[in-house]
Amino acid sequence: MQKFDLAADGLRQLNATLHSLKGKTNMTAWEIVNPKGAHAIAAGVDAPVEITVRGSTGYYCAGMNKQATIRIKGSAGPGVAENMMSGTVIIDGNASQYAGATGRGGLLVIKGNASSRCGVSMKGIDIVVHGNIGHMSAFMAQSGNLVVLGDAGDALGDSLYEARLFVRGSVKSLGADCIEKEMRPEHLALLAELLKRGEADGKAKPEEFKRYGSARKLYNFNIDNAAAY
Amino acid sequence: MCGIVGLFLKDKSLEPKLGAMLTDMLITMTDRGPDSAGIAIYGGAEDGLTKITVQSANPDRDFATLDQDLKEAIGKPVAMKIKSTHAVLEFPADQTEAARSALAHLRPDMKVMSVGDSLEIYKEVGLPKDVAKRFDLSKMTGTHGIGHTRMATESAVTTLGAHPFSTGSDQCLVHNGSLSNHNSLRRQLAHEGIRTETQNDTEVGAAYITWRMREGATLGEALESSLDDLDGFFTFVVGTKDGFGVVRDPIACKPAVMAETDQYVAFGSEYRALVNLPGIEDARVWEPEPATVYFWNH
Repeated sequence: MQKFDLAADGLRQLNATLHSLKGKTNMTAWEIVNPKGAHAIAAGVDAPVEITVRGSTGYYCAGMNKQATIRIKGSAGPGVAENMMSGTVIIDGNASQYAGATGRGGLLVIKGNASSRCGVSMKGIDIVVHGNIGHMSAFMAQSGNLVVLGDAGDALGDSLYEARLFVRGSVKSLGADCIEKEMRPEHLALLAELLKRGEADGKAKPEEFKRYGSARKLYNFNIDNAAAY
Repeated sequence: MCGIVGLFLKDKSLEPKLGAMLTDMLITMTDRGPDSAGIAIYGGAEDGLTKITVQSANPDRDFATLDQDLKEAIGKPVAMKIKSTHAVLEFPADQTEAARSALAHLRPDMKVMSVGDSLEIYKEVGLPKDVAKRFDLSKMTGTHGIGHTRMATESAVTTLGAHPFSTGSDQCLVHNGSLSNHNSLRRQLAHEGIRTETQNDTEVGAAYITWRMREGATLGEALESSLDDLDGFFTFVVGTKDGFGVVRDPIACKPAVMAETDQYVAFGSEYRALVNLPGIEDARVWEPEPATVYFWNH
């Protein structure tokens, strides 16, 4: 286990060290202590390593992650795992706004609640939230899966493309062009797998969820609306 | 961007450290707002005296005999505490109106930062650490306080453009965000007889709340109606005589984190601002909901 004290050695040193791991495989376990809400902790990692952050993080923790498994033993600030490419990010506490935004791959697990704009413009990432999510989540979400064991806030899935949204609790309101859809056997199977990977299989069953997706009415311009422009 | 910090003490034993704790929080928020900084601090509410904090561009001239001049004008004892460009004048509470009009006459160029039983406001341009040093903020004691670090977007970097803004007796407001309808609102408020001194958007927000309360609204109601009448982005923190309040616009882009323990309730634009508070590891930490008004009171 490699231990890094952020208070002593600083953020640039931390990220330079983690970035230099590219291709190396002998130092696979890392522990970061004293994060104290600092920004951009372990952003841009591209190596199959396990990183544990002991405490809460600020903006953009684990941003652009590739391959790494990053565990945050606290809460995460805005933009956690933003534009993640692959790998796994697991947050024990809550996540602030736009968690997993624009993510292209990998898995983001939030064991507490996520605030507004969770999964905004997601492009292939899978996100599993054990608690609730805030307003405008999955806005313009393009692909990937968002699983929410709790409730969703206002305007879920506004202007949605092809991402799949699964919510177990209530949805305060659906955004433009987002509708409830039929849960077919393949969705139940997918959900079972996502719950398992998201360390939530003991907490919820696939049958308890509803599926939401795009009505695809915004994909093409409706000529009847021409007069409005 | 801008940074906001706030601290409301439940545990009286922390009161001597309020200034030190707030100063540490304020300086942590320097990279959210390096242009200017300010602090509103509350203490000494039950002493039967009113405090007016004034600011002068020429403190040597304006403050030299200010306490004597005011004493002669109102015929009551006046205590004065000078801190750099600011001075706090203290006098019997029943003399508030007399003192205000006397000051306007005695020193027409001086600006009134705050009026109240317990509130003092200090603000200046410069890095938060320099502003804190200038006013010796870390030595201040009190029951609660709010601070602001400014990154200007809507108007010039000046002392009067810095936050907090006074909204009434023992009340003030700080803002992270930008208001887009401040020009039209400023004109409407002028028709109502509410005067603003700068081109600053937040001053209009503060003036709006002053106006609503003049029309009979409570502070909570004024904040509720701000959600309808103010267009733009805002996280507001308001200081009151016995606590503080928080409201975020419905979109809630501007960050806000709260922490509560048995000893205090704390506000920060980021968690970073809270990390040195005692017992923060075990505090309840959460984000205030959008379009929801919160208050904490003694």
